[in-house]
Amino acid sequence: MAEQTDYREPEPGRGEEFSPEAEPINSNGQNSLLEEEEEEEEEEEEEGEDLFTEATEEVSLDSPERDVLLSDGPSPVTPPASLISPHLPHNHLYTHSSFDEMEEEDTPDLLDISILVSDPEKVGEGMNAYMAYKVTTQTSMSLFKSPQATVRRRFSDFLGLHGKLATRYLHVGYLVPPAPEKSIVGMTKVKVGKDDSSSNEFVEKRRAALERYLMRTAKHPVLLKDPDLLTFLECSELPRALSTQALSGAGILRMVTKAADAVNKMTIKMTESDTWFEEKQQKFENLDIQLRKLHCSLDSLVCHRKELSVNTGLFAKSAAMLGNSEDHTALSRALSQLAEVEEKVEQLHQDQAGADFYLLAELLADYIRLIGSVKGVFDQRVRLWQRLQDSLLLLQKKRDAEAKLHANKPEKLQQARDDIRELEGKVQQGERDFEQISKTIRKELFRFEKERVTDFKEVIIKYLESLVQTQQQLIKYWEAFLPEAKAIS
Amino acid sequence: MMEEEEAEECPPLSPVSVVEGTEEEVTPPRALSVSPGTVRVTEAAQDGELLTFIIVSQKLSGTGEYHVDRTYEDFDWLQQHLFSLEDVPGIQGIIFPPLPARAQPNAPGKLVRQLGLLATGGTWTPYCRALEAYLQQVAGHSLLSRTQHLETFLTSPEPPGRQKVKRGLFNRLSQAVEGIRKDGHTEDVDDFFRTEREHNLSLTGLSRAAAERFLEVVQTEQKIAVACGHFAASLQLCVEAGDDPGQETFSKMCVKISEIMESMKKNVQKVAENDVTTLGLGLDLECRYQEAEKEMLFRRTCKLVELETASRNAERAKPLKKAAMDEIKKAAEKDFDQVSVVAKQEVARFQRARVAVLRQALVRWCELQILTATGSAEQWNQQLLAFRGPEPSS
Repeated sequence: MAEQTDYREPEPGRGEEFSPEAEPINSNGQNSLLEEEEEEEEEEEEEGEDLFTEATEEVSLDSPERDVLLSDGPSPVTPPASLISPHLPHNHLYTHSSFDEMEEEDTPDLLDISILVSDPEKVGEGMNAYMAYKVTTQTSMSLFKSPQATVRRRFSDFLGLHGKLATRYLHVGYLVPPAPEKSIVGMTKVKVGKDDSSSNEFVEKRRAALERYLMRTAKHPVLLKDPDLLTFLECSELPRALSTQALSGAGILRMVTKAADAVNKMTIKMTESDTWFEEKQQKFENLDIQLRKLHCSLDSLVCHRKELSVNTGLFAKSAAMLGNSEDHTALSRALSQLAEVEEKVEQLHQDQAGADFYLLAELLADYIRLIGSVKGVFDQRVRLWQRLQDSLLLLQKKRDAEAKLHANKPEKLQQARDDIRELEGKVQQGERDFEQISKTIRKELFRFEKERVTDFKEVIIKYLESLVQTQQQLIKYWEAFLPEAKAIS
Repeated sequence: MMEEEEAEECPPLSPVSVVEGTEEEVTPPRALSVSPGTVRVTEAAQDGELLTFIIVSQKLSGTGEYHVDRTYEDFDWLQQHLFSLEDVPGIQGIIFPPLPARAQPNAPGKLVRQLGLLATGGTWTPYCRALEAYLQQVAGHSLLSRTQHLETFLTSPEPPGRQKVKRGLFNRLSQAVEGIRKDGHTEDVDDFFRTEREHNLSLTGLSRAAAERFLEVVQTEQKIAVACGHFAASLQLCVEAGDDPGQETFSKMCVKISEIMESMKKNVQKVAENDVTTLGLGLDLECRYQEAEKEMLFRRTCKLVELETASRNAERAKPLKKAAMDEIKKAAEKDFDQVSVVAKQEVARFQRARVAVLRQALVRWCELQILTATGSAEQWNQQLLAFRGPEPSS
C-alpha cells in the first residue's frame, strides 16, 4: 500500500494525491450481493451520478474513487481493493448468514472493554500537519490478542475504519455508529499552529467525539468482531486506506439517504405488511425533530454559561481595581480577595459550561447523528423491498413472454427458461434479504433503545455529579471569603 | 417583600442603620417625629404609567406608625426642597443623599438603562429598597432631617406637592455653580481636600465600572434561567405515552433531565436575586454616593474660586471701592470656611458610612451565596443518590 507521507485531508479539487486504485477485486471472493449490482449497473447509472456527488463532495471529480463508486451502482458500495486488508482471507464474505453466525457465537464474555482516546499530538508542520491521537484499549475479552493495546491514530484513520464498517454492515441493516464530522475550518486552525482556546477546544471536542465513537462501535456485538476494528485497535501500523478517507461518515449516510430520496422521488409507496416498522419510523422522525430543538436550546444555554464566565472575569478585574484604589485597608483587602474569588468562580462557570456541552449537548448531537443511521437502515429496507418488487415484476414479464414463445423457437425457449430460473433464484434471494434485514433492524432497534437508556442514565449521573461538585466548590470559596468580609471594620 | 424563608429579615442598606450609635455630631432636637431607621418603602403599585409607593414609618413616641402613599414626583419635591434649604450654614458642603433616578414603568427596555441594577429581577423590590435607603439617609442626617418638608413627606396624609417644582428658583446649588467652568480649578488650599478630590475622582469611575460589570453578570444569570426553562419545557414534549418498556424508561430519563433543568433554573434565579439585593444594591448606592460627593466637592471648589476672585478684586480695588470689596471678600471667606467645615464633617461621615454599607453588602452577599449553594448541593446530591440507586456489587 503506497503510503504517502504528505497526505492531507482532502479539499475539493485536489484528487491528484490519491494513488490511482484500479478496479475492485472480484477474483474468487465474490460477495453474493455484489453480483447483482453489476447487472443493475446499466439501469441505474444515471441515478448513480446524483447519489454520489454529495457523498464524495470532498473528492475531486477527477478522482478515481468516484469512478469506482459509480461503477458499482447505488448500493452497496463495493470497497475498492485497498479496503480489503491483505491479511484477510478472501473468502471472508459478508453475507447475511455469516452475520447470523457471528451473533450466535455471542461469547459468554461480558462486554468488558474500555477504550480511551488521549494525548493529541501535532505531527508535521504547516498544511501537511495532522493530529495524532493515542488509542488505548483495555479488555479481558479473548477476541483481543492482549489485554492492553496502545496505538497512534489520526482522524482519517477513524474515517477509514468507519468507511469500511459502513459499507460492510449498513446495507444489511446494522446501525453503524457515525464517525465524527470533518471540519476543514477547525483543522486548518490547528495546522497553522494557532494555539488559542478555540483550537484547543476544537481538538478536545474531537478527541472526546473519537472516544465516544470507538466505544459505541465496540459495544456493538457484531461490529466488535470485525477484523478491521480489531486491526484498528491493536496494530501499531495501519495500512492506509487512502481512497475511503474521502468519505466522511456523514457522506456515507448522505449517500444512503439519497438512495432513499431517489426511491421517494419515484413515489414508490411500500406496502408495509408490518405496522411495527411504520410506527417505529414515525417515532424516530418525531424524536429527530425534538432532539434537534433540544440541541438548539442547549446551545443557547452553553453560550450563556460561557458568557457568564467571561462577565464574572470582567467583574473580578473591576473589583481588583476598586480594591487597589481603596484607602481603607480592610476594605481594600476584602475587595482584592473578592477579585480572587471571582476569578475562581469564573473558572467554575467555564467548567460547568464544559459539562453542559460535553455531557448534554454532545449526547444529543450523537443521538441526532445515530438517528441518521436509523433512518438509513429503514430506507435500505425499503430499497431492498423495491428491488424485490422489481425482480418479481421482471419474473412475471419473462413468464408471460415465455408462455407466448412456446413451440416456435426452441433455443429462445431454452434461453427464456434459463432466464426465468435465474430470476426465480434472484427473487428468492431478494425475499431472504428482505426478511433478514427486517429481522436485523428489529434486533438493532431493540439494542438501540436499551443502549439509549444506558447512555442517558450515565449522562444524567455525570451531570448531577458536576452540579454537586460546582456547588461544593462555591461553598468552599465563599466560606473562605466570609471572614475577610467580616473583618472590615 | 422579602421572600427568603431561610434568612431573617435583611436590614435595609443605609448608612444610618449601620452606623447607628457612632454618630458623633451633636444634634439639636429633631423636628422629625419618626424614627429614621424604621422608614420602609413596603410596596410599589403600578397603575398604567403611574407608580405609587407605600411608605411606612414608626413614630418616635412608639405609639404607632404612619402610612402614606407617594409618587416619584413627591420624592423629587423633597429633594429639590432639601437643595434649597434656608438657614443651613455651609449647606453647599453637604453630601446630599442621592435620589435614585426616575423609573418609567411602561418602558421595560428603558428601565435598565435608567436604573441599572435597580431594574433587574423583574420586581420593584430593589427600587423600593433604594428609595427607602434614600429616605433613611435624609431622616438620619443631622442637618437635613430638621426640615418640615421631610416631616410632611413622611407623615402627611396628603401628598406634599404634586405641582411641578420650579427648578430655577429653588435650586440654589445650581445657582452656585453658574458661570464657573466645569474643570476650572484644580489647585486646592487644603491637603485634606486635595487628596479627597483625587480619591473621589478615581472611585467614582471605578465604582461605576464595577456596578456595570456586576449588572452584566446578573443579566447573564437571568439569561441562563430563561434557557434552562426553555430546555425543560422542550424536553417535556419528548415524553410520550409509550407502550413498550423501552420507550417508557427513556421517557423517565427525559423527565429526569427536565427536572434537573428546572431546578437549575431556580438555583440561578436565586443567585441573581441574592446578587441584586445585597452586593448589587451596595454597589449601586456606592457609585451614586460617590457622584454626590463629587458634586459637593465641586461646589466647594466653586466657593474657593469665588473667594479667590473676591480676594483679587479686593486687592486691586481702587480706594473708593476698597471697603465694599473687602466686605465681599470677608463674606466669601466666611462662606467658604463654613462650607469647608461642614464638608470635612460630611466626608468623614461618608467614609465611615460607605465602608459600613459595603461591609454589610459583602457579608450578606457571601452568606446568601453559601446558603443557596448549600441548598442546591443538597438537592442535587439527593437526586443523584436516588437516581444512581444502590452501587452494583460486581
